[in-house]
Amino acid sequence: MTYIRPNFRHPDLPSNELGYTRQEYEGSLSTLCAGCGHDSVSAAIIQACYEIAVPPHKVAKISGIGCSSKTPTYFLGQSHGFNSVHGRMPSVATGANLANRDMVYIGVSGDGDTASIGLGQFGHVARRNLNMLYIVENNGCYGLTKGQDSATADVGSASKKGVPNPYESIDLCTTALQMGATFVARSFSGDKQQLVPLIKAAISHSGFAFIDVISPCVTFNNNPQSTKGYEYVREHMAATGKMDFVPVRQEITAEYEPGYAREVTLHDGSVIHLYKQGNDFNTQDRNEAVRAIQNHKEKGEILTGLIYLDPDCSDFHELQSTVKKPLRDLNEDDLCPGGRALQAINANLR
Amino acid sequence: MSEFLGLAYFAEVPAVLFDVQRAGPSTGMPTRTQQSDLFATAYASHGDTKHVLLFPSTPKECFEMGAQAFDLADRLQTPVILLTDLDLGMNDNVSEPLEWDDSRQYDRGKVFSAEQLDAMTERFGRYVDMDNDGICYRTFPGTHPKKGAFFTRGTSRDEYAVYTEDGDVYVRNMERLLRKFETAKEYVPAPEITPAAETTSEGVLFFGTSADATREALDMLSGEGIHLDAMRIRAFPFSREVEDFIANHERVFVVEQNRDGQLRKLLIIECEIDPKKLALVRHYNGMPITARNISRQIRQLKGGATVTKIRRKVG
Repeated sequence: MTYIRPNFRHPDLPSNELGYTRQEYEGSLSTLCAGCGHDSVSAAIIQACYEIAVPPHKVAKISGIGCSSKTPTYFLGQSHGFNSVHGRMPSVATGANLANRDMVYIGVSGDGDTASIGLGQFGHVARRNLNMLYIVENNGCYGLTKGQDSATADVGSASKKGVPNPYESIDLCTTALQMGATFVARSFSGDKQQLVPLIKAAISHSGFAFIDVISPCVTFNNNPQSTKGYEYVREHMAATGKMDFVPVRQEITAEYEPGYAREVTLHDGSVIHLYKQGNDFNTQDRNEAVRAIQNHKEKGEILTGLIYLDPDCSDFHELQSTVKKPLRDLNEDDLCPGGRALQAINANLR
Repeated sequence: MSEFLGLAYFAEVPAVLFDVQRAGPSTGMPTRTQQSDLFATAYASHGDTKHVLLFPSTPKECFEMGAQAFDLADRLQTPVILLTDLDLGMNDNVSEPLEWDDSRQYDRGKVFSAEQLDAMTERFGRYVDMDNDGICYRTFPGTHPKKGAFFTRGTSRDEYAVYTEDGDVYVRNMERLLRKFETAKEYVPAPEITPAAETTSEGVLFFGTSADATREALDMLSGEGIHLDAMRIRAFPFSREVEDFIANHERVFVVEQNRDGQLRKLLIIECEIDPKKLALVRHYNGMPITARNISRQIRQLKGGATVTKIRRKVG
């Protein structure tokens, strides 16, 4: 089997409004198992970044450790990336975001990374409302170390060679909501129609945007006894309602399905259209969102789609009142009060 | 913390840490002082790692080395740890007035700009040692639309920051990191040497908050005819001057505030010194070290041979 990807692309390949083709948002060839849900998430990130026309070099990719955390190599090859320490992606993202607020930050983590060793950092990056997209590629197991149950595995769910999991699972969307996340969504790696607009909206949201993507592990946790397999998730998904994302720049030209029930305008002027469906509820009510997740879980359903959004929140920089200029560009004139100011401090201590 | 220090060492990320040492291990005596984090910091993290350490002695030096640490971290692209202690960090101290040179520029180290990337004909490689000093050029995210992007990782990688488990490439990178640590010796603060009033074959080494007490002890001892050349170590890695000072003396007393003689052992490991040459003067009960204690121990060490002989005759 060959892993060489042809470089040839059709000369008439369409490009986005910045002149970039979709190919220019791609990364290296994936080394994950064939059929891994994570590769679909990478493809959705590529598609979303291409469609909202963010310059690739203005994106920074950060991850922890695990199969999911390997994926930033497989998208946006012209962006800086940082594969950090297990569960500690949030602190690296916080540092990078503080140093340069003018970039788009995409953090990719897994359920092992976020729900176990990284649970402490996850809570704090959410409550600080760091302006980033935080994706968890959630397969309910540690795929890189042969499929042990993770903390998001449901009670009674069993992996390929495992016994039914006895422990209560951690629902990361509920955790994110309780920790103060200002954009919370859940999706499925097999549902690109839902995932791509969610990623686009999450990137445009100026605050902490969390998407829990159920992304089956084909090798260790895709069997009938698992609640994180393709078949189970497809049969038990319940969407909050269909949504469209309308970037501010495309609002005039693009055509969208009429009949949406609600319209939410984000900080940058882009708009989210929410269509009314059976499960439609108020996406701006934190308590209702937590209840809806719980109610669906009790019915054996997985609630997907946009679950909560606070379009008027203040992000970490606003909460900290930092300067508009990226901190990494500040020089001696901006930062150093100089010898005279120091003499005054000395005088005060005498 | 150690895990991140290992990452920063291997991925070459600048960072500055302040360690106000107190009496360990574990929670130990959390309101008492010690100089016992040398081992924990010098080689922090798993695998082969080494970190740059600075040892300030006074509030003024904390201020100066604090600023210098940021320059060093950017220049060397590695963590720099300032080791002060609770004696200096929590007690009231008399300080010289702090000074700042207004003409001083920050050293941001080797960072390529968009213009420099444009002028490059060869492929940019984050870990290519262009200057042969072990320090490579980096780029900040978002600098250039087409050039200079790379993937920072804690896994082994080649000169272009691409993942590899090729053993030769790994060793080449680890050897370059050693080269960089050699380069660091030229940048870190030099030791402070104070020759004795009279020619002597013995010296004393100390660092951090042992400085004032050691100097006072040297005054007391010189009044008794014991003369010692003195050296205050201000940084790790140890420079050539530190090795020469030890080489030029028959015996050197090492004064430090911990049980295991961590500075002494670090000198033995890093400079390959005969352990017999370095006599340990230690104090670690959590209270600041005193001149009386240091002078007493040095007196005992100098007279120790006589005491042993008498005991043998009696036994």
